[in-house]
Amino acid sequence: MTPLVNPPRKSIHQIDARTKKRNAAEARFKAYGLAAITLGLFFLVVLFTTIIKSGLPAFTRTAVAVEMTLSPADHAAAEKQLMKTGAYQKLFVAAVQQQLRIDATDDAIQRLLGKVGGDIRAFYKENPSMIGKAHVFTLSASSRVDAYLNGKLTRETLVDSRFMQLSDLDLVDGLVDAGIIQSTFNWGFITGADSGVDNPGGAGIGASVVGSFYMMLVVLVLSLPIGVAASIYLEEFAPQNKFTDLIEVNISNLAAVPSIVFGILGLAVFIQFMHLPQSAPLVGGLVLTLMTLPTIIISTRAALKAVPPSIRDAALGLGASRTQAVFHHVLPLAMPGILTGTIIGLAQALGETAPLLLIGMVGFVARGYPTGLLDGFTEANSAMPAQIYTWAARADSAFYDKAWGGIIILLAFLIVMNIVAIILRRRFERRW
Amino acid sequence: MKDNRIVERDVDNADIRINAKGVNVFYGDSHAIKDVSVDIPANAVTAFIGPSGCGKSTFLRCLNRMNDTISICRVTGDILLDGEDIYDKRVDPVQLRAKVGMVFQKPNPFPKSIFDNVAYGPRIHGLANTRAELNEIVESALRRAAIWDEVKDRLDAPGTGLSGGQQQRLCIARAVATAPDVLLMDEPCSALDPIATAQVEELIAELAENYAVVIVTHSMQQAARVSQKTAFFHLGSLVEFGETGQIFTNPKDPRTESYITGRIG
Ligand SMILES: Nc1ncnc2c1ncn2[C@@H]1O[C@H](COP(=O)(O)OP(=O)(O)OP(=O)(O)O)[C@@H](O)[C@H]1O
Ligand SMILES: [Mg+2]
Repeated sequence: MTPLVNPPRKSIHQIDARTKKRNAAEARFKAYGLAAITLGLFFLVVLFTTIIKSGLPAFTRTAVAVEMTLSPADHAAAEKQLMKTGAYQKLFVAAVQQQLRIDATDDAIQRLLGKVGGDIRAFYKENPSMIGKAHVFTLSASSRVDAYLNGKLTRETLVDSRFMQLSDLDLVDGLVDAGIIQSTFNWGFITGADSGVDNPGGAGIGASVVGSFYMMLVVLVLSLPIGVAASIYLEEFAPQNKFTDLIEVNISNLAAVPSIVFGILGLAVFIQFMHLPQSAPLVGGLVLTLMTLPTIIISTRAALKAVPPSIRDAALGLGASRTQAVFHHVLPLAMPGILTGTIIGLAQALGETAPLLLIGMVGFVARGYPTGLLDGFTEANSAMPAQIYTWAARADSAFYDKAWGGIIILLAFLIVMNIVAIILRRRFERRW
Repeated sequence: MKDNRIVERDVDNADIRINAKGVNVFYGDSHAIKDVSVDIPANAVTAFIGPSGCGKSTFLRCLNRMNDTISICRVTGDILLDGEDIYDKRVDPVQLRAKVGMVFQKPNPFPKSIFDNVAYGPRIHGLANTRAELNEIVESALRRAAIWDEVKDRLDAPGTGLSGGQQQRLCIARAVATAPDVLLMDEPCSALDPIATAQVEELIAELAENYAVVIVTHSMQQAARVSQKTAFFHLGSLVEFGETGQIFTNPKDPRTESYITGRIG
């Protein structure tokens, strides 16, 4: 054996070349990581500011508050007319004129505020006691008034159209001078339903939130138990053979199938074959369940796999059955992982648009809320992403603001779901 | 402990609890246990000794069919518990394991409270009718496993928060609480200090008054101290099986002698 030569003693206060290189590599790696995170955060900030900036107009509405007193004589006269709503419209225009210092034509007011005669007549029909008394009508101004007031539309860029004319802007200025035009929070956007293509101001996302809610209910109720049961069976009970391998591969593949494929499957199976109603949240929920199942199964199996086998041995060694071992010990430990997977799956489903396209939820104008609790499943409705898509596709640029506003609401729901996931995780994890 | 004293051996050879004949175990293609035949007496302690990887744990796991949980594991041969084949089709392994309890090589407490760990067995087997009875079972099990004094003030604390040795004693308490007829212990003292070891050995001696106890150990002294019968395994075969006194003082096989004197291992 060659004698080992002791290397010369070195001070540990002196950093040698190898260590220096290693430290440099570590510092570089940390810098990359930091850069990546900074970039990610930067894009997140850009994304959020864009969304919020573009979406906020959807949450405000420009309203005109006009005080009007309908005398009993006027009421009687109007009701005698052939064109009753027209008569009310005239009375309303007169009331506006009174509060303005400039002239405004009937047409101009109609362009700015829409045909309001019907609304006014309906109000007095419902509240006859208000006849003869002063009442303030708060009416939404057209989206072009919004645009003018927040500077998007100027006198220079305005092109006369049947929607607005240059002279109307004098009227708007007059309304501002009279102090009867105001910007208020648009509750209608949150609680309302979709409007027709010519009334972006009246469009709301409420009905499609309800539609989405029913869909998520269907998805949760079906995919969680089915997914968890399937995973438990595959992971804890199923024998290992070619057949289960095949199932396993197929489930992994299903997770990668484009969602539009599930959409067309839903169209063929649920609507054309089973004759379930078109555009119904039930069908949407069923399609999204198909999409969510693989996600839940994969994450549940991963969570079950992560439970140490020694826990199963311990339970079995005490004479617990397999089922007892799974439900008493393995499942509680896997719960945080299962919940995270489920909520990720639900969040994906909530934002999914493509399959809804095929089952008729996109482009459907959800004019109102479902009539009953159970009807919510079967009555045609829209869903949030479908509604956003519909708005974005409409010609009137004011709907574009609505689409952004809808995205804010959708994101708010996703954030809430994620917070719920975190809270649930914490709760279950605390039970070691 | 320099204790090489060999315990009084007055085993009634007629009273056999477990009778294994020609047992072979395969993990896939690898032959882990080769034609092993052992008789495990009632009311006595049987020790399995042998070098690491020789199949002690594997054989022990055959005795309560824990090997069923390993899909690639195949067992042939006969293992009779009180004359009945435990690999018979009619045997429910769950029922068997309640009778043949097990303490694993690695401590594996449930991630639950200390109390729930010990109470789990009695709960699933319905051994206690009232809460008071359950408390009593838990306390006596913890006492017998020599851990009561350390945990009596924190029965609600997680079992996984105990030290390794405490966890092992908790697992012993958990196995004892189920009141098995046969107790299989896979190196129960490998993580214990001498004091706890002495306490567990005391427990083993006490248990042996009523049950059959099988213990796997790497400590020759421990085998000599606690057991009445010793089986020496080597490379998957049973080399020698007999009275502990005879194995340690007068081994018949040269391999046994080399092992207990520390020349192979
Ligand atoms: N689950 C398993 N799958 C495949 N082979 C296994 C498995 N468990 C054990 N073996 C093999 O079986 C043989 C015996 O293992 P066993 O665990 O019974 O040894 P042991 O005597 O208990 O050893 P130690 O004293 O180190 O615990 C070893 O060669 C091991 O590699
Ligand atoms: Mg072992």
